[in-house]
Amino acid sequence: MADDEGDRSGEGATSPGEKTSGDGAPDLGNEPHEHGGTVTDTLDEIPMGGVPGPGPVADEQRAADDPNRLTSLPEHAEHRDADGGHATTTGLSNNKMAMWLFLGSECLLFGGLISTYMLYRGRLSGEVGPDQIYDIPFTSVSSFVLLMSSLTMVLAVSAVARRDLRTTKVWLSITALLGTTFVGGQVYEFTSFYREGLGFTTSLFSSSFYTLTGFHGAHVTIGIIMLLALVGMLSRERVTGDKSEVVELVGLYWHFVDIVWIVIFTLVYLIPA
Amino acid sequence: MTADAQPISTTGDQHDDHAAGAHVVEHEERDSHDSHRHGATDKQYIVIAAILAAITAAEVTISYIDIGPIFLPALIIMMAAKFLIVVSYFMHLKFDSRIFSFLFYLGLLLAVFVYIAALATFHFFDG
Repeated sequence: MADDEGDRSGEGATSPGEKTSGDGAPDLGNEPHEHGGTVTDTLDEIPMGGVPGPGPVADEQRAADDPNRLTSLPEHAEHRDADGGHATTTGLSNNKMAMWLFLGSECLLFGGLISTYMLYRGRLSGEVGPDQIYDIPFTSVSSFVLLMSSLTMVLAVSAVARRDLRTTKVWLSITALLGTTFVGGQVYEFTSFYREGLGFTTSLFSSSFYTLTGFHGAHVTIGIIMLLALVGMLSRERVTGDKSEVVELVGLYWHFVDIVWIVIFTLVYLIPA
Repeated sequence: MTADAQPISTTGDQHDDHAAGAHVVEHEERDSHDSHRHGATDKQYIVIAAILAAITAAEVTISYIDIGPIFLPALIIMMAAKFLIVVSYFMHLKFDSRIFSFLFYLGLLLAVFVYIAALATFHFFDG
């Protein structure tokens, strides 16, 4: 969708509804089409519903039929605003705004989960509570790993802004590796807690703890998948549009996962029940 | 220079000028684009990450030692500092449009409100 906007607004693109012949002159309807007929010949092909109106579908069809239509433009030729995004009514990238809106809504999700944990952290059954099972040194190392993954992610964003795709892919891969290390540590932690007798339904504390940290772990896992997919797409030149914006959007998601863990690490692990 | 050559030469100069101008515009757009995206250099990012690691180490340290009544406020302040540093520098919110800040902090504010509302509910209705 974004590419279509860029194509239409780019140099050499035709305005909607305007037809051009092969030499760039307006098509008055007498020029033969690619399939050999004229515009009047194509009347036979018009469906019973009538002539398609000047809606977006009709515009896209005309643009697709236009032999002069630019199917791809270099990044610098795309119509861009001062913020580097496509021209929008706000002057900002819609993709980026959508990502920030999504992250704002994610704050509500994790706010609710953290609130639930804080309220139920004292509801224990038996002897197994947070002070007995938490392994602070181990979790501290996990936190450090996730924090460093944020550094490698921002270095990837910095590299793609310099058009250095090779370095970008290296940093993205390292970020995915660090994220995998973190998730592996979380799986180990869950396993050890379970062996110590803390199941998901053992108490309100355990339910809220596993739900909160499990949701975070799921987000990290999704982030790893996004990172690996992005590396693959960059390698195969499958990323359309502005590569730096795509990497930046994935980076925003990854940093959000990091800041959620910053809050969880302090409120859940470091502050005693 | 012949009359025939003049238009060719002029056209070539115009083409060169156009290409050079386009290159300058492209370069300026890229610089603006990059500086907007960056906000900081790679070295600065490494320094920021070192600061974050140091704050994390301080958090863990004070959780093992008794520092009295300032324990909880100190942990909350350090957590907030780490949060703001990552959001401002790594997520570039400090250098980006205020609309993005509004969208994010509005969600965060609502999340805090949810927590306060839940606490209040438990306080008033928990039998």
